[in-house]
Amino acid sequence: MKDQKKLKLKVSAIKAGTVIDHIPAQNLFNVITILGLNKIENQITFGTNLESDKLGTKAIIKVSGKFFLDDEINKIALIAPHAKLNIINDYKVTEKRVVEIPNEIQGIVKCFNPKCITNHEAIVTKFTVISKEPTALKCHYCEKITGHEQMQII
Amino acid sequence: MKKDLISITDYTKDEYLRIMELAAGFEKNPNRDILQGKVVASLFFEPSTRTRLSFETAISRLGGRIIGFADAGSSSVTKGETLHDTIKMVSNYADLIVMRHPLEGSARYAAEVSEVPVINAGDGANQHPTQTLLDLYSILKTQGTLDNLNIFMVGDLKYGRTVHSLLMAMSEFENPIFNFIAPEELMIPEEYKMHLREKGIRFYEHREFTDIINDADIIYMTRVQKERFSDPIEYEKVKNVYILRNKMLEKTKANMRVLHPLPRVNEIHPDVDANQKAYYFDQALNGVFTREAIIAHTMKLI
Repeated sequence: MKDQKKLKLKVSAIKAGTVIDHIPAQNLFNVITILGLNKIENQITFGTNLESDKLGTKAIIKVSGKFFLDDEINKIALIAPHAKLNIINDYKVTEKRVVEIPNEIQGIVKCFNPKCITNHEAIVTKFTVISKEPTALKCHYCEKITGHEQMQII
Repeated sequence: MKKDLISITDYTKDEYLRIMELAAGFEKNPNRDILQGKVVASLFFEPSTRTRLSFETAISRLGGRIIGFADAGSSSVTKGETLHDTIKMVSNYADLIVMRHPLEGSARYAAEVSEVPVINAGDGANQHPTQTLLDLYSILKTQGTLDNLNIFMVGDLKYGRTVHSLLMAMSEFENPIFNFIAPEELMIPEEYKMHLREKGIRFYEHREFTDIINDADIIYMTRVQKERFSDPIEYEKVKNVYILRNKMLEKTKANMRVLHPLPRVNEIHPDVDANQKAYYFDQALNGVFTREAIIAHTMKLI
């Protein structure tokens, strides 16, 4: 516990950028992919399997020199609904934000219906969010509803 | 903006009524030349003789020409061509695409890829909107109205896309009542009940197929398919429960009509056929007029 605190202190020393906290540990790499962090040049540090009262184990990502638009960051809401953002300027937290599940989702999730066209051709999936808690997504193509239990990240 | 017909909910109530009005016109005078000089692609990636002949008759009566295929075996699909590429190519040739495909959502996708309008002639278990419109036309023709009707749906209400779409369409009209008669395994899905509750529409669920049908204005029969049951014993138990026999029609209302999307197996006993309340064969003929109306509306011909 003590060690982890030290680690946090060490990596939070970014001058300006964004810290994304309270990511479920098992979804860290999905979050990285969804936000395209694997394709940018910014300095990024992350920690995972950190203890969390809320989540059991959590992950944290710190991206230097990057500020996310709401549309960008809300994409992770499906897999990290409790994620919290700390916006850092001049080494200080200047703003805190939470994520919100958008009304429409493109890509990210696979339609659970094996007979859906999106599972047979190279098509970007598209869903309308018909319920946020628990999550239920209606496929724009086959019109079937993918529930929270069937949800699979592409 | 091109006008596709993919799901029954793509149309507003006004459009349903517009199709009804046009269909009545085509019934009076089915042979018109409004499609002359136009090419319609009829792409049946899975065979459906009934639907294909109905569409192709409609196109022919409007004076259009037809290109296409009757099953995927005689198309480039066998060479591994994607739906995307087939539609891209065909939309360069034709003025309208009528498409049947075994995969769900294929029609919506085709409409996005295509430059010309797409009419969905069935995409897997998802949607078959022209069937619903011909059902509506049949109901209107036999009842003189689409308001204040008591609709009984019988059989496979879980997987039957025709009952789902008809429910969605009828719920746009004034004061309908729905009665659902189905075995436990094949009851109407929760999402449709939710839709009815939200709209404040009355509905009742029954297991027994009894004289409750005496209140019906329309009895909409569907097939109970063996492959829907995980347990074959369950199928054996219910397969003979939901059969409509002539005797059961004795005390039904005079205006009542029996509809069925066809083909039937054993769910309507042949002794019903001679009863004037049996409407399923006329219903199929209405399909041609309704499809003429849908094509004319889609292509903005009248």
